[in-house]
Amino acid sequence: MSSERMALIGTILLAVVATAALLIWVERRMLGLWQDRWGPNRVGFLGLGQVVADMIKIFMKDDWIPPFADRPVFVIAPAIVMVTVLLAFAVVPIAPGVSVAGDWNVGVLFVLGMTSLAVYSVMLGGWASNNKYALLGAMRSTAQSISYEVFMGLALLGVVIQAGSFSLEDIVLAQQDGWFIGPQFLGFVLFLIAGLAETHRLPLDLPEAEHELTAGFHTEYSGMKFGMFFVGEYVAVILVSGLLTTLYFGGWLGPTWGLTLAGWSFMPLVWFVLKTGAFILFFILLRAAIPRPRYDQLMRFGWLVLLPLALLNTAVTGAFVLLRSGA
Amino acid sequence: MSTLFYVASAVALAATLLAITRAHPVHALLYLIVSLLAVAATMLALGAPFAAMLEVMVYAGAIMVLFVFVVMLLNLGPGVAEHERQWLRPGYWIGPGVLCAVLLAQLLMSVLAQPALTGTHEVDAKAVGIALFGPYLLAVELGSMLLLAGLISAYHIGRREPARSTAP
Repeated sequence: MSSERMALIGTILLAVVATAALLIWVERRMLGLWQDRWGPNRVGFLGLGQVVADMIKIFMKDDWIPPFADRPVFVIAPAIVMVTVLLAFAVVPIAPGVSVAGDWNVGVLFVLGMTSLAVYSVMLGGWASNNKYALLGAMRSTAQSISYEVFMGLALLGVVIQAGSFSLEDIVLAQQDGWFIGPQFLGFVLFLIAGLAETHRLPLDLPEAEHELTAGFHTEYSGMKFGMFFVGEYVAVILVSGLLTTLYFGGWLGPTWGLTLAGWSFMPLVWFVLKTGAFILFFILLRAAIPRPRYDQLMRFGWLVLLPLALLNTAVTGAFVLLRSGA
Repeated sequence: MSTLFYVASAVALAATLLAITRAHPVHALLYLIVSLLAVAATMLALGAPFAAMLEVMVYAGAIMVLFVFVVMLLNLGPGVAEHERQWLRPGYWIGPGVLCAVLLAQLLMSVLAQPALTGTHEVDAKAVGIALFGPYLLAVELGSMLLLAGLISAYHIGRREPARSTAP
């Protein structure tokens, strides 16, 4: 592997993790804005120093492992979410031909596989804590993730059928004549809800609903192990936003205003970052705007509404593509 | 690619052995998950990326999640590991060990009789789809019927009884 490739991989992964850390500040400031209050604005310029202060605090904290916990599993669990989500990033194309692992003909499936493995993080963390709140949170998370994974995969199938490929780069290139948000609007909404449930973001953060379960699966976690869960969630938000951009909003595609000069070759990257950033802000807005549903409501809504809609979307898309190909 | 194959196979074998010999049910399941992931890596090395990804999604990512979920629901304490440890005493290994050795010998003989596999071609998603809905259509339909039957029975067992009027 050439050193340039290594540098590229390092840059992408570092940028993702750094953005995730920065999002902690962005989220608090944006929530402040939408809820008519300030948010953290004292440390440094616009409160940006808050990120550094939080990092120092979380690194210096006592990293305590409860004596009743299952030690090896307790230690491994927070790492799983970081590893799987960062691995899923490997196939997301951020510009033509630019991604960590390069183009892969089963890219979409790889992302789905990695998100389904990420479930183990919360599950094992909750189980190994040997704490009733944590176990309840872990069980909720498992049932929720397993259910919403189904709709996530099915919602994606519409895009895959239209693009005729599991490769994320091919999917972007198939959107040159029009983004999939038009024909696949239903799929987009389904994928958005499923992504929200997969990342355990408010309003669907029932695994850690603090008024019922203290802190849910991470009740016993402290210090950097908690930090891994925390940052892992933000990395997952970036991943889902990047996927929404890639699958439904044309990825790196965007107007270049006829400029094809060498200096403009970074435009695809700019488009990708802008679109992904917009989705991240949308995720934060959802948190500020929508109350949390009850757990049984969430599960019933998933199986009785989202599943039939996802199946319908797949069937109708398939029928249309068949008709247009004249079969 | 052959290095990847051998490393992944070694990991799969080691993880499977550990899955059998661990006394703690959750630890055993975790090794089984590692073993399934390693099998997915072997498939990848053999040029079957689609099957490999399905292995990760369906086996490691869904079925094993349900296994771990059920074990979590049962809330098995340290007593179970102690119990299991008693079952894993060397004396119990002799019978199954001998029988497995016979099977292993047979397997090795038939593998060695085959010509070595050289130069694989990649089997992509399209090829798998054409095979499934071409020559194997009957098997796919039978499998779907079996799944439907399982689904209906699960629904029946999980169904809530209609509330009888038990006025206080």
